[in-house]
Amino acid sequence: MTVTASESSVPVTTRKDWASDQEVRWCPGCGDYSILTAVQMLLPELGVRRENTVFISGIGCAARFPYYMSTYGMHSIHGRAPAIATGLALSRPDLDVWVVSGDGDALSIGGNHLIHTMRRNVNLTILLFNNQIYGLTKGQFSPTSELGKITKSTPFGSLDTPFNPVSLALGAEASFVARTHDMDRKHMMETFRRAHDHHGASLVEIYQNCNVFNDGAFEHITGKDVRASMLIPLEHGKPVRFGADGERGVVADGRGGVSIVNVADVGEDALIVHDEHAENPALAFALSRLATGPHSPTPIGVFRDVVRPEYGDQLADQVDAAIAKKGPGDLAALLSSGATWVVE
Amino acid sequence: MVDNVVELDRVIVRFAGDSGDGMQLVGDRFTNISAIFGNDLATLPDFPAEIRAPAGTVLGVSAFQVHISDHDIVTPGDYANVLVAMNPAALSANLVQIEKGATILVNEDAFDERSLAKAGYGSNPLDDGSLADYTVYRVPMTSLTVAAAKPTGAKPRDAERAKNFFALGLVTWMYSRPVEPTLTYIEQRFASKPQLIEVNTLAFKAGFNFGETAELFGVAYQVKPAAHEPGTYTNITGNIAVAWGLIAASELSGLPLFLGTYPITPASDILHELSNDRNFGVRTLQAEDEIAGVGAALGASFGGQLGVTTTSGPGMDLKAETIGLALQLELPLVVIDVQRGGPSTGLPTKSEQSDLLMAMYGRHGESPLPIVAARSSAHCFFAAIEAARLAVTYRTPVILLTDGYLANGAEPWKLPDVSDLPRIDPGFAEGPNARDGEGNPLFYPYLRDPETLARPWAPPGVAGLEHRIGGLEKADISGNVSYDPDNHEKMVELRAAKVAGIARGIPDLEVDDPGGAAVLVIGWGSTYGSITGAVRRIRARGGSVAQAHLVHMNPFPSNIREVLERYEVVIVPELNSGQLCRMLRAEFGITTVDVNRLQAQPFKVAYLEEKIGPHVFGPESTVSSNGGKR
Ligand code: SF4
Repeated sequence: MTVTASESSVPVTTRKDWASDQEVRWCPGCGDYSILTAVQMLLPELGVRRENTVFISGIGCAARFPYYMSTYGMHSIHGRAPAIATGLALSRPDLDVWVVSGDGDALSIGGNHLIHTMRRNVNLTILLFNNQIYGLTKGQFSPTSELGKITKSTPFGSLDTPFNPVSLALGAEASFVARTHDMDRKHMMETFRRAHDHHGASLVEIYQNCNVFNDGAFEHITGKDVRASMLIPLEHGKPVRFGADGERGVVADGRGGVSIVNVADVGEDALIVHDEHAENPALAFALSRLATGPHSPTPIGVFRDVVRPEYGDQLADQVDAAIAKKGPGDLAALLSSGATWVVE
Repeated sequence: MVDNVVELDRVIVRFAGDSGDGMQLVGDRFTNISAIFGNDLATLPDFPAEIRAPAGTVLGVSAFQVHISDHDIVTPGDYANVLVAMNPAALSANLVQIEKGATILVNEDAFDERSLAKAGYGSNPLDDGSLADYTVYRVPMTSLTVAAAKPTGAKPRDAERAKNFFALGLVTWMYSRPVEPTLTYIEQRFASKPQLIEVNTLAFKAGFNFGETAELFGVAYQVKPAAHEPGTYTNITGNIAVAWGLIAASELSGLPLFLGTYPITPASDILHELSNDRNFGVRTLQAEDEIAGVGAALGASFGGQLGVTTTSGPGMDLKAETIGLALQLELPLVVIDVQRGGPSTGLPTKSEQSDLLMAMYGRHGESPLPIVAARSSAHCFFAAIEAARLAVTYRTPVILLTDGYLANGAEPWKLPDVSDLPRIDPGFAEGPNARDGEGNPLFYPYLRDPETLARPWAPPGVAGLEHRIGGLEKADISGNVSYDPDNHEKMVELRAAKVAGIARGIPDLEVDDPGGAAVLVIGWGSTYGSITGAVRRIRARGGSVAQAHLVHMNPFPSNIREVLERYEVVIVPELNSGQLCRMLRAEFGITTVDVNRLQAQPFKVAYLEEKIGPHVFGPESTVSSNGGKR
């Protein structure tokens, strides 16, 4: 007896159809609201069904997300959502499985699961809400907090060098890595759409404002008036440039890294051309190192999108191959597959 | 030529050598040919945790004990009658494991000065008279093996490695075993390396012929087949039985099997076996850690499959939080703990029954769950099916306890008729189960079955049943998040009542009482064989003693109180410092006589007989039936 996803034509839905009856309980003004809206507005456009969609989260503010969706969902335990979602995705490849996590959940307690999920390339869409703070436990520094962060648990400044989630994902063999932010719904929806359509593990880092414990962490780069000069949109096949008139750009620095220049000084041909599909992630990694924190020009968009065998497909192939070779399992035959003898 | 064949009713052979000498393989082969021959048998592999401890040292000794007989036996035997020792360290480490007067076959070539020193011998025990109590046969196994392999052109260093098959050949002759199964085995095992087929075949035959022709042995032995019930038999270890039981549970329930796990001694063979059975639709994931293993299994359960994780003690510590989540989500999950000696890394390759209280209480919060314990290697098959049945029927994580002894030990198993095995009904939710105020259909994920108190299991993919579950406390019926004090109390009670109610659906505790016994011996898990052996000996001496063995550790069978209260003395033997006895005392307010050993190996039957005897025969009678050896 198995349950499989329903397959008849997908009914037309609106954002409302994807919202559950539960009252949303994030702090007023929290960036999580706009992310929820972006997801709920995107889903009707994806041609997917509610009953075939599952959101799995760990623990943290972001992890309340599944309760607000009218899909199947699980609010699990701290850090373990990628592991639980892996079991679901491998056993039910017919489902659309999303993971919602935060910087503490995904990168601290759950760091191990996150990297292994990416290297295995399990078909999951992972949304990492990065607010660079612990919100639910009321304001301790997180693995993405800037060095020297003063918090309740680090009154003299944090001593931990932060993770750069995009760099980490690229190093963990991720086949899809992107970054977006909570102030731009259109960009979020486009990025989430790309992540969802990618077959394999996709990681989206979302800069998310925690207006209670880390207000304004990203405003130097995501504020409406600074965005043009501080966000570097990555577009496949196009030279990497930014600024109100595209006056600034990114060049290879000849030492394995990249740096920012005035286009007028070097000419457009000197700029690097973004290639999401490059097999070698080196340039994507260099781009991820361009900014060390949300204070200087920062690339957003899809860093990497390559085709790699998906884990669940390969597992299913092994099952099919075994059946083709040995025939479907026969329990009585299995029990007598070792040496047997008969007592009369 | 020896034509003097003596018939024995049973014999215990212990093969011992360096970790690299292939003693486990030889023991396993001797077991298999004896099984095919029709003997009853029980085995006890005994190997170091280190893959290759320093060669030639006592630390690196690996042994395999097998007990074969012409009648029903229940243990691998207390002390061996025959020891095969491939080097001085193997001799030194195993003398305590053999009976006085035992036969010792030594590889004489290995008793050089360096090896003797490495084993801690100041003088050669073969010459200094220290083995006067034993019958010692000195066989130059290494040089005879090398000489036998000469025609193949194999280098002496390579040929030497076949000396384990020489030893097997010799013991095969001594106990009048058939040679064909071993020859076939050698051909299959070394199929890709023709030279090794030759070398090992010649070594094996040389060993066999040595027995037959050497003047050394005055006698060969025979142990006749046991009078087993008619049927088809195979020889099975506990780990394989667990794997097959899980596949059976998958077939019986129609739920695809998903194993999420992480390698750990002594549980890994379950993963190995299931990874090989993909044609049953089995999906296995060797996860990044123990936590991910159980997490993935729970994810598969949420998806409507049979989610299973396997581990041993240290892994249980790590999985506790996820087991608690499964308990709160009320989803089926089978957790298999192949117990080993603890605490911490403890004794990875040795056996202990010390995780019972952890299985009972090792999670935060009020978190009862069902526990099943296997009592023999073959019983692991049925115990795995039972664990899956409880998990699926009651939507709960279930812990199945086996241990290293059951996992690696083997016994003959009469194959069950597959069509007799019990079906398991997953009973997935098929549609909405309530209506709102306006009459619209609703799905309440925590609206329970009034009989079992199980909640509906509604895997994703069905329209109208979309729901969210999580680790936060649930509101009764709706399953929404609730912090209400009365609701929490009610939910704690409901979860407990659900598990307690399982007692109504399990068999009564059976008592084997010859009549009029005042003493009950009650055990659980892998001590079944040793306890049975001890009880048999006491009865053979005219004592009246009753025996009961628990399979369901939580909840207990409904009649257990009545059983316990029937006896004046309740003896509880356990390979721990007293865990079941605490549960019995706490729950039933009885006093118990506790028999505990913490040597990380099975009870010796004689030891139990000595402990139980005085309660049956009175305090003066302390002599056990085998003369209180050692
Ligand atoms: S604490 Fe911060 S992240 Fe959490 S809900 Fe409030 S604003 Fe949002």
